[in-house]
Amino acid sequence: MEKQNLLDIKNLSVEYKTEDGIVYAVNELNMEIGHKETLGFVGETGAGKTTTAMTIMGLLPTPPGKVTSGEILFDGRDMLKISDKERRGILGEEISIIFQDPMTSLNPSMKVGDQIVEMIRLHKTISKKDAMEEANKLLEMVGIRRERANDYPHQFSGGMKQRVVIAIALACQPKLIIADEPTTALDVTIQAQVMNLIKGFKETLGTSMILITHDLGIVAEICDKVAIMYAGQVVEYADVESIYMNPCHPYTKGLFNSIPKLDTEEEWLEEIHGLPPEPTERIEGCSFSPRCPNCMKICKHKKPGITYIDEKHYVRCFLYENQEVKTDE
Amino acid sequence: MLKFTLKRLASLLLVLIGVSFLVFMLLSLTPGDPVRMMLGESATPEAQEALRKEMGLDDPLLVQYGRYMKNIVVHQDLGTSYSTQRPVLDEIMNVFPNTVQLAVAAMVIAIILGIFLGIISAVKQNSLLDNIVMVLALIGTSAPIFWIGILMILLFSVQLGWLPPSGFGSFEQLIMPAVALGMQSTAVVARMTRSSMLEVIRQDFVKTARAKGQREIVVILKHVFRNALIPIITVVGLQFGTLLGGAMLTEVVFSIPGVGRLMIEAIKQRDFPIVQGSVLFVAACFSLVNLAVDLLYAVVDPKVSKE
Repeated sequence: MEKQNLLDIKNLSVEYKTEDGIVYAVNELNMEIGHKETLGFVGETGAGKTTTAMTIMGLLPTPPGKVTSGEILFDGRDMLKISDKERRGILGEEISIIFQDPMTSLNPSMKVGDQIVEMIRLHKTISKKDAMEEANKLLEMVGIRRERANDYPHQFSGGMKQRVVIAIALACQPKLIIADEPTTALDVTIQAQVMNLIKGFKETLGTSMILITHDLGIVAEICDKVAIMYAGQVVEYADVESIYMNPCHPYTKGLFNSIPKLDTEEEWLEEIHGLPPEPTERIEGCSFSPRCPNCMKICKHKKPGITYIDEKHYVRCFLYENQEVKTDE
Repeated sequence: MLKFTLKRLASLLLVLIGVSFLVFMLLSLTPGDPVRMMLGESATPEAQEALRKEMGLDDPLLVQYGRYMKNIVVHQDLGTSYSTQRPVLDEIMNVFPNTVQLAVAAMVIAIILGIFLGIISAVKQNSLLDNIVMVLALIGTSAPIFWIGILMILLFSVQLGWLPPSGFGSFEQLIMPAVALGMQSTAVVARMTRSSMLEVIRQDFVKTARAKGQREIVVILKHVFRNALIPIITVVGLQFGTLLGGAMLTEVVFSIPGVGRLMIEAIKQRDFPIVQGSVLFVAACFSLVNLAVDLLYAVVDPKVSKE
């Protein structure tokens, strides 16, 4: 019997209505995360990563956002169909999120301890005093002295604030943590500290995680699976080893080529030519075709479907679809 | 905090000295002679001259001003009214409670209704309800209060006979002026609440609160409203300060004996000590309310109190 995934996203499409027209933020996205798995969610700015995360949590602002198709199965429940009340029970308790910018993700007029207590008391019937004690322990866990629970966010540095945010996210020991570029707003040394912290908790608590990031190095270090996102679609999805050893999609290859190599001296970094498509335009064929070095005739007017390279590795590209057709013959 | 308060009090003193000087000079420039107002047109030039000398009005302006300030500082005396011959401070204190009562009543209406409408408007941004509230607020801020006051008297006193058209003292007499006066402040408070809420509602920590699984109403009140408070407190303070200075038009339309009407009558009669005294008094009230508002910031925003 196939083991049930913790999160299963099928054919998810999300669009935003703006004054410039409809923005197709997410197009028929498919992905899955098993229990205790970490998925790296990689893509350029505007590829739809954060939209996907917010849609999973049901926090997509509507309007302007709108889910036009698909389902999001979390532990067997369709997050798009459940009632608000049911969702509030899941948020925080089973899924929690770490936002990108710690400077703005804490309430400036509430003591940090109270912000953790709020999370705990929303999901556990427990006295204020006990909740405070738990909050203090959480702070110590993320490396902040317990006395500082009585301080306000502006008295913390960026890295410390992100630790507080992590403490809030971990408070109810969720099954899934969505980390939306958790280290982008921090400087490099702090990035490493925070990343190690996240990695450690993921292992001790055994939570699954979606890690949204630009950093392929971090992905290699802590992720089990990777979804490469381009123009609102997962163009390649595989476990980490396959992605690094055998990148298939021309976009993935382009991404890896653009990483500077330490052993050769190069004047210019390799780049992927051109820019991602305007999100308001609908490209007829494959959305990467205008930038693709391997673009074929068919790519210009037909959208590639999902082709499985092996059981856990799929790609949306005609290059491989043809191969499959060939082997079928 | 104490240092901050003392500093503000010192600057308040400077403001009051400036205000007193300006008012003193301005009044001396206004046409109309208080001596002739007091003695009437038929008085002989000699009698006028004698009174002028007795009141010290023939001294140079600066000397007069110096004497005025000395009396205030040494004797806490704002002078004597030309028309009633009673101390200015007594005259003001006689009517000030009425003004306070009216201002507080109007502010209570404005705070409750204004904040309520503002929050609803912000939460339901761009909905029909939001648009209706904002159009009403626009009318509220732009409709002249004497016009609204007169319309209300016509409807509720003349046509329906529900409320007394003028006077002050009973609760019935307070309703109409408080509503008329409160309407304008309600509109101002509602608009400020809405825009301040909208600014906060888009911030990340609101998403954090929702991601905790918090109920929307708690998110709005505990996380958004609390952080949107500073600009709201500012306008409420400014409005209250202004209202304490006497809502002249409202007081005149509804014949309420308040500070505003006292000033208008005094200006008509060239009763300079009353005008000077009440302007100074109003300025002091306004500055004190503003100081109170600044101190309130520290309560609301933890960043302010630590600085």
